[in-house]
This record gives sequence, structure tokens and C-alpha cells, in this order.
Amino acid sequence: MPNECMLNECMHDEGMPMRYLGLILSGLLRKKLRTGLTLVSLIAAFTLLGLLQAVNSLFGGAADFLGANRLITQASTSFTQPLPMRMLPQLEPIPGVIAVSHSQFFGGTYQDARSFFPQFAVNPQLLRDTYPEWVMPEDNWRQFISTRDGAIVGRTLADQFGWKVGDIVPLNSFIWTKSDGSRTWEWRIVGIFDGKDEEWNERAGLMYLNFGQFDEARTAGARGLAGVFIVRIDDPNEAGRIAAQIDAKFDNSSDETKTQSEQEFQLGFIRQFGDIGLIVNLITAAVFFSILFLTGVSMSQAVRERIPELAVLKCLGFTDRLVMWLVLAEAFALCLIGALLGMLLASAVTLVLPPEFPVTTDLQVWAIAGVSVVVLTLAVGLPPALTAQRLKIVDALAGRGDESILERALHRAMSSIARISGRGGNETEAA
Amino acid sequence: MSDSAPLAHPTIAGSAAQSRPLVEIRALTKAYERGKQRVEVLHGIDLDIPQGDFVALMGPSGSGKTTLLNLIGGLDSPSDGQLLVAGVSIDDLDGDALAAWRADTVGFIFQSYNLMPVLSAQKNVELPLLLSDMSASERSKRARIALDLVGLGDRARHKPNELSGGQQQRVAIARALVSDPLLLICDEPTGDLDRHTADEVLTMLQRLNRDFGKTIVMVTHDPKAAEYANRTVHLDKGTLVDTPTH
Repeated sequence: MPNECMLNECMHDEGMPMRYLGLILSGLLRKKLRTGLTLVSLIAAFTLLGLLQAVNSLFGGAADFLGANRLITQASTSFTQPLPMRMLPQLEPIPGVIAVSHSQFFGGTYQDARSFFPQFAVNPQLLRDTYPEWVMPEDNWRQFISTRDGAIVGRTLADQFGWKVGDIVPLNSFIWTKSDGSRTWEWRIVGIFDGKDEEWNERAGLMYLNFGQFDEARTAGARGLAGVFIVRIDDPNEAGRIAAQIDAKFDNSSDETKTQSEQEFQLGFIRQFGDIGLIVNLITAAVFFSILFLTGVSMSQAVRERIPELAVLKCLGFTDRLVMWLVLAEAFALCLIGALLGMLLASAVTLVLPPEFPVTTDLQVWAIAGVSVVVLTLAVGLPPALTAQRLKIVDALAGRGDESILERALHRAMSSIARISGRGGNETEAA
Repeated sequence: MSDSAPLAHPTIAGSAAQSRPLVEIRALTKAYERGKQRVEVLHGIDLDIPQGDFVALMGPSGSGKTTLLNLIGGLDSPSDGQLLVAGVSIDDLDGDALAAWRADTVGFIFQSYNLMPVLSAQKNVELPLLLSDMSASERSKRARIALDLVGLGDRARHKPNELSGGQQQRVAIARALVSDPLLLICDEPTGDLDRHTADEVLTMLQRLNRDFGKTIVMVTHDPKAAEYANRTVHLDKGTLVDTPTH
């Protein structure tokens, strides 16, 4: 067992990088405002990176049936392409399927387009069979089944608009026209449903419409068509097999299908707006490009101001390589702190997002952030670090600093950008 | 760098009589290339500085005194001639070896103090010791001794901007001393100080020379400062203008 003296000795011992930590941090603390502002930029950049890459990771992932107890079967071409209702009975006998319902996106607006909420035309009984997570008194379910123009709304939505059972809600559909040419549909609220738990309560911001009135009243050509089929299964581990079996069943028919998990289907909604991965990566690259210049200029300014100090370190016996590493370590420390805080902020944001946005800063996102820290450190830290390494003591003490080729290139690029944007040109030149 | 030699103990006082000088300079030349032109700043200097000596280098601006000082301190390399410090031909050392040699052998004191503004006096003094394998507590203890030696033990936690010019220069002296070097190189150490403070600093240097045997080479413009040295060497246009005498 070590005695107290030995213990004290150990506590004071430190690894080589640790003994320079104070020196590295002192460089960062020299201009607190500049370091603070640079840090804020880095935090913002890494928060964006964390969130955007989390979104990217969500969209870029392969079809994931893990834990899926409900599948969505849509037309293979697009979910906007309807499927004939006659397919429903063919899905029910597939082994592992508990219940099947159909759902059609209604696309209605209430009062004005800004107060949009999702509405789906469904068969009330089949909805109840496939979504046991919705909880409503038995009387209301019966009302919904028997009322052709009946609608039920989630508690969140009812609270938002102050609706109660018996209210008539006119919806103007931007998709569906009635056979009389009108786009305004009136729905009678016959029930208000809750979720089975807190998570489902948060999802209760939607409205279900009785398919009865919807199918009767819409134009003749559209009747008898379902949007998608919702397939409830008994074993999530069998989701992949069942999905494949469904799609195989309609292979080479006029109505080929694509069956996926509920979550994948929801993502498909967003994918229709464009190549999300490309958009996300472009935004990330743009953000990082800006941060690169900002941090790069900040770092090289910080080093240039300290040229006499770096020369003094060399006088004291610090080698050229050690001085280079110290500058690089300073850049790394700045990027690392910014990245850590930014990523933690991004993680916190993903935690408070509603379940409709199931993005998480998983290991892959953290790995991307880690690689970004290294790349950013090298990009912004290497030019001033090389300048510091090449510094001649005598010149530096006499105030004759020198710039590396990379630094010169960076400053030229900054000057050009400033000139093009018509602002701050002189400042950049001065920098 | 000697880790164990206590600063407060006279080590080589009175060793000027040793047979070999600490600094031996023979036919030393320094020239700079300016464009296509070669400008010679020092022309064949011969000079010996015995261990324990305190030499003032004087001369008009552009006479080459700072260049000579930089060469002796291993901050620059000669163009021609021989320069031995403690028996080592520093021109033969490569970058890393030269840095290690400086850390072991030379302490630097500058006109403008050149302290790290964000670090406390204590941390500034500890800087050269970061290169040794001393533990943090040893470094701290050693820096404290150096600060006590220059009379600033009670200002250890103060940052340079919280100290007067004279105090900052004393911190710089403590930093130069902390690794117990053989040679102290002082470039106009009192150039930024008032007369009274300059006298205090020069008295301190004189004490380090007399009581602790430190060999000191000091560049100065000030004849009063030169009076504190054991002898004065005059340079003019890159040449010694009088024979150094003890």
C-alpha cells in the first residue's frame, strides 16, 4: 500500500501532454472574446452537424423492420398511387397477420391552410383492430362505426381547436372532389380519442374520417380505391418475412406493392420532397466551409499575435516540433470543446423532438463529428502550426513574423470573399 | 538541465580562474543575404569569456552587439569562425540538439520581458522546467525558490499586467535562472525601466554573478548599466574596438 508521500508524488505526476495543458489553454484564454465567439460558431456548426447528420442517418438507413408490429403496404410506384380495395381480403390470410385496415390521406384544411393537421379516411372497425393504441369509450366507437359522416379526433387536436362531440367540422380537401364538384366536406365529431400512454398521447394530433361518406361522395372514378393498407402482425421478428410475402403475392400484377415498416413509410413522405441526404450534406458542407474560414482566420491571427511569445518558448528550449504541436493542440482543443458542446446540444434537442421525428445522434453521428474535429483541426491548425514551426527566433524577436504558404492562401481567399461580398475587405487585408 | 542543483547555493562562484573560458570565440563572422547582396555584420571577432564573468557589450546601433549576443546564446548560427560555449561547438548542433542545449545551458533576459500575459508569475517561471522530467510539485517548488530569489515570492500568483515593469523583469530573471543555467544572456535588460528600477535589476544581476557564479553577457546602450559589469567590450561596425581586459 503506498504511503502518503508516494500518493502525493503520484498525484503530481502527469503525462507529457498534460504538462502542456496549461500552456495550451493559456493560448486560448489570451483573447477571451475572440475565443468565445469562435467557440459559439463551432458549437452552432456542430449542433447543426449533429442534427443534420442524425436526420441523414435516419433517411440513409436501410429498411428497418426491427420492433415493427405494423406494416404499411402501398403501391410500389408511389404511396400516392391508390390500391384497389379488393386486395384487402388477400392480405388477411397471410400467416402472422392479425388484422388489416385501409387508409386514405384526405388532405383537408380547416379554416386556413396554415392550420393543417393530418386526416385519414378509414373503416372505423378496421382502424380499431389495427390501432388498439387509440383509446375511446365504447359508445363513441359505436357512433363512429354507424355514422357515415362521422369523424373522431385526437385529444391534442380537439384541445387545440376547442372541438367537442357533436361539432360539425368543414374540411376543404385539396385532393378530393365530391361528385357534386364541391371540395368542402362536413364531418360530425362523434368521439375524441386518447393514446394508450404518454407517447401515443403526443401523437394524437390527427383526425380519422369514416370511409363511408368519403367513398360514397367522391367522384365515381375514385370509388373503391384505398390509399394504403395497414397490416398489424403478431410478431415483430417476422416483419421482414411478412413484408416480403405480401409484396411477392402481388408481384407481376397490375398492382405491385411495396411493404415497409410504419416508420419507413413516414420517412417516405418526407423523401418525396427531394434527395434528403444530398440536401443535408450540402447544408453541412456550407456550414463547415464558413466555420473553416472563421476558425482558420481566428487561429492564424492568434498565432501571429503571439509570434514573440512562441519565439521566447524556442529560446527557452522548446523544439520547433514541440511548438508546432502546441499550436495544433490549441486548434484541436478549441475544435474539440466546440464539437463536444455542439453535439451535446444536438443530442439534447433530439430528446425533446416529438416522436414523429425519431432522429437520434447515434454512434455514427458522433463518429462523423469526431472525424470532422480532426479534419477541422488540421485545416485550421496546420497552417499556423507550420508557421510556428518554421519561425526563426531572431526574426520573430525582432517582430519579423512569417506566414506559411497555406496561411497566405487562406488570407487571399478571405480577401477575395470579402471583396466579392463587398464588405470587410479592409479588415480582412488588415488581418 | 540540472534538476537537483538548488538555485540558492553558490555553485561556481569565483571559478573565473578556471583554465578554459566558458565562451570561446575565434574569427567569428556573421553575414546575411539581402537579395543578391551579402551583408557582413560581424567581421572575425575573437573573444573569450571566462566562467563567472560579467561582460557588458556596448556599441552604437547596428554595431552587431545583439547579433553577437544571439550567436553566443545559440539563437543564430555563425557564417564562419568558431564558437564554443562550455566546450560545445554550438554550430555543429542540429535544431533539436540546439534547443536542448539552450534549455540546459542558457537563460535569456529580454528588454521587453517577454512573459506570457495569461500565465501567472509562478507559471511563467515554471515554463523552462516543462521540458525537464520534473513532477508538477518539483517544478512549483523550484519556481518558488527562483521567485523568492528575485524578491517576488509574494507575487507568484500575479499575472504580468498586475506587476510593474521592474517586477516583470525580475520574473523574467527568475525564469532565466530557474533551470540553473551556466550562462545568462541579457539583451538590454534595463532598456524599458526607469533609473531606480534599472539599478535594482542590475544590482540583482551583479549579485547573481558574484554570489551564484553566473556568467552574464549583457548588451546595453547605457554606460551606467555597463558599470555593473566586470568589464565592457565595445563593438563598432562589427569589430571589437578595444581588447577585452579583466
